[in-house]
Amino acid sequence: MQGIPLTGSSGIPGARRAVASVVVLAAAMSLAACGTSGPSTTESAKGLTMWALNDQTILKDSVDAYNKDHPDAKITLRLFANDDYKQKLRVAFGADQAPDIFFSWGGGALNDYVEAGKVDALTEAQVDTARFTPSVMQSATFGGEVYGVPANGLAPVVLYYNKKVLKKAGVEPPKTYDDLLAAVRKLKGEDVVPLSLAANSKWPTLMYLEYLLDRTGGSRVFTKIASGDSATWKDPSVTRANQYLQDLSKAGAFGDNASSVSYDQGASTALLYTGKAAMEVMGTWEYANIAKAAPDLLKDGDLGYTAFPALPDGAGSPKNIVGNPSNFLSLNAASKNKSAALTYLKDYVLDDSQVDAYLAAGSVPPVKGLESKLAAVTSTSDKQWLTFVYDLVQNAPGFQLSWDQALPSDQADPLLTNTDKSFLRQISPAEFGTSMSKAGS
Amino acid sequence: MTALVPTPTRTSTSTRTSTPPPTRRQSHGLLMAAPALLLFGLFALVPLVGVVALSLARWDGLGSVGWAGGANWTGVLTDGATWQALWLTVKVMAVSWLVQTPVALALGAFQAPRGRLRALFAVLFFFPLLLSAVAIGLTWQALLDPSFGIGATPGLHWLAEPLLGSPDLALYTVIFVIAWQFVPFHALLYQAGIRQIPTALYEAAALDGAGPATRFWRITLPQLKYTMVTSSTLMLVGSLTYFDLIFVLSGGTGGPGTATRVLPLAMYITGFQAHDMGRASAVATLLVVLGLGLSLLTTRLSGFARMDSQQEGM
Repeated sequence: MQGIPLTGSSGIPGARRAVASVVVLAAAMSLAACGTSGPSTTESAKGLTMWALNDQTILKDSVDAYNKDHPDAKITLRLFANDDYKQKLRVAFGADQAPDIFFSWGGGALNDYVEAGKVDALTEAQVDTARFTPSVMQSATFGGEVYGVPANGLAPVVLYYNKKVLKKAGVEPPKTYDDLLAAVRKLKGEDVVPLSLAANSKWPTLMYLEYLLDRTGGSRVFTKIASGDSATWKDPSVTRANQYLQDLSKAGAFGDNASSVSYDQGASTALLYTGKAAMEVMGTWEYANIAKAAPDLLKDGDLGYTAFPALPDGAGSPKNIVGNPSNFLSLNAASKNKSAALTYLKDYVLDDSQVDAYLAAGSVPPVKGLESKLAAVTSTSDKQWLTFVYDLVQNAPGFQLSWDQALPSDQADPLLTNTDKSFLRQISPAEFGTSMSKAGS
Repeated sequence: MTALVPTPTRTSTSTRTSTPPPTRRQSHGLLMAAPALLLFGLFALVPLVGVVALSLARWDGLGSVGWAGGANWTGVLTDGATWQALWLTVKVMAVSWLVQTPVALALGAFQAPRGRLRALFAVLFFFPLLLSAVAIGLTWQALLDPSFGIGATPGLHWLAEPLLGSPDLALYTVIFVIAWQFVPFHALLYQAGIRQIPTALYEAAALDGAGPATRFWRITLPQLKYTMVTSSTLMLVGSLTYFDLIFVLSGGTGGPGTATRVLPLAMYITGFQAHDMGRASAVATLLVVLGLGLSLLTTRLSGFARMDSQQEGM
C-alpha cells in the first residue's frame, strides 16, 4: 500500500507543494465557511416590494389590507431577522436592488441612505405627517425634510420592577439615583439581582449611559455629539455618566453574571418575571414579552414600571426619555411605483385599524389624540400601561433616539465596545470620552 | 498500483531542472482537475483579486467607490485593535491545536478497532459535527447561562460562573466549544488512519514483546504522521478563519469588551457593521496571506508534499 499521491506524476516538487497547500487551504476554508443565499426578489411589473423585520406582524396586516384593495398591483412584503436585515438592505441599495419601501430605525443609519441620495423626502401633503407625534418625527427629519413615516409603537426605555420582590425587601420603586443605590444595597441582602441586565448584548448597557448622560448633562450634550462634534465626548458630563454607571456596577447592582446574559436568549426578561431579579431597564417592547412569558404576573398586578430615576443635581429634565421613538418606513428614490407607495404610506400605515391593533398588543403608536382610544381599552392592566407610556411620551421635553441608531453606522461598534469596557471597568470613566472622540473624528 | 504511480524519490532535485514533456496521462490529469480548478478560480481566485483591489479603495457599500491608496493598509497596520485581534487569533489556533489533537487522537484510537459498543460511541461522538455552528452556538449560550443553564442544576452550581461573560475566561470557553464541534471530525481522520495500519506490524511488535503503550508510541503514532499533518493543517488554517461560532457565542460583538474579537470577526464588524469595506478588505487580504503562509509552512516543514510511503518494505 502506497501513500496517497496528490499529483499523478513526478512534477516539480515546489509547485506540487504549492498545489497541495492550496488544496488544503481551500478544504479548510470550505470547512469553516457557511453558505449564504442571495436575495431573490420577485418583482412583478406593476407591484411593489417592501422589506421589514420579521416581528412586524401588525405591519403585515396593513400590507394585506392594501393588497385587498389593490389586487392588480400588490405589495410583496419580505420579512427578515434583525441583524441580517440591516446588512441585506445595505447590500441591496449598493447593488440597486433595493425594495420600493423599506423599514428603518431613523437616525444616523437612515441618514446614511439620505446622504447617498437613495431616499425620497416626503411632504406633508403626500403622507399627512401632521397626524404623528412631533418628537418622534425628529428621528426621520434631516435638513428640515421628512424621510420616513412612523410604522409601529413608541419604544421609550423605562424601569420595570417586580412588585413582589421589592415588597419583600421593603424597597420603594426608586425615584432618584440615590434611591436606586440604596435599593441596590437592600436587594443584595435579599440575595436577588437588583437590576437585570443583558450586558452580553451590549446595547442594554448603553441604555443606562444614555439616560445617565441625559440626566446629568441635559439633552444638549448628545445633540451636539450627534451633530458631528465628536470633541463633545470629552465633556465632563460624559465622564460623570460613566462614573455613575461604574458606581452602580461596583455596588453590585447587576449581580455577578450580567456579562454572560444575552438579551436574545430572553434570560434578562426571565430573571425579572421569575423574581430572581428585582428591576430591569428596557424598552417598552419588554411589556409584550413579559405578558407572553408570564401572564400571571400581569394578572396579579405584580409588574411595576416607572420612569428612569432622576438625578436631582443634574442639568437634564427628569422627564426626558431615551429609546426608539418608532420605526419608520421610507421610500426608495429609485422606485418606479412612487404614487402607489405614497398611497400605501398615507392611507394604510398607522390607519385607524392599525392603531387599534397596536393598542391591543400593548404598544402605543406615535399618533396624536389617542386619549379616547386609550379610555376605551378594556383590560385594566393594559390600560394602565398604555396610559403610562402615552403620558410619558406626551410630557417628555425630549425623546433621544438610542445612540447606536442616532450616530453614523461606523461609530456604532466603537460606541458599544467602549460602553461594554466601561461597564466591565476595563477603562476609566474619562477614557470612555477620549476613545469615543477619537473614534468619531 | 505501484506500476501506475511511481513513488517519488527523496532525491528528486534532478527533476527540478529537467521537466519531462507532457505525456498523455498528464493531459488526462488536467482534464480531470478542470472542474475543480474552474470552481476554485471562479469562487476563490476571482473574489480574491476583487478583495485586494477593494483594499486600496474607499467604499461604504452604498455610494461610489473611491481611490484610497495605502490609507486602509496604514490604518489597519497601525491600529492596536488589529494586533490584539491577531494575537487572539493566534491564541485560538495554538490552544485549539493543543486541545483538539490529543483528544481527537485518543478518540480515534478508541474508535478504530471494530466492535458494536465502539461503533455506538463513534456515532455519539460524531453527533456535534452534524449540527450547524449557529445551532451549537445558541445551545451552548443557553447551557452556559449562569442563571438558567446547567449551572442551575443541583450539584452543578460550581458551573454557574459567567464563563462567556468574563473577559479572562470567555476566549477559553469559546475554544472549548469549538473543540466540541470539531474534535469528532479529526477523530474520524485518525480512526481512518489507524485502520489503515497493517495488523502485521502490531503482531510482529507483540511477538517482540512490545506492550500496548510501546506499540502506540512506536507504531501507531509514526504511521499516523501524514494524518496528523492533514489534521493539523486543517485545524490551524480552519481556526485562522473561524468565525460563525465565535460570532454567535459573543452575541455578534466579540465581547465581553473585545475579549473574543478574533481577526475574522474584526473584519466582519469593520465591513458589515461599520460599513468600511476598504479597511475590511485589507484585513481580509491579511487573513489570506496568513492562511496561505501557514499552510505552505506546515506542508513544507512536515514534508507532506513529498508523500513518502510510511510502509516501505512491507
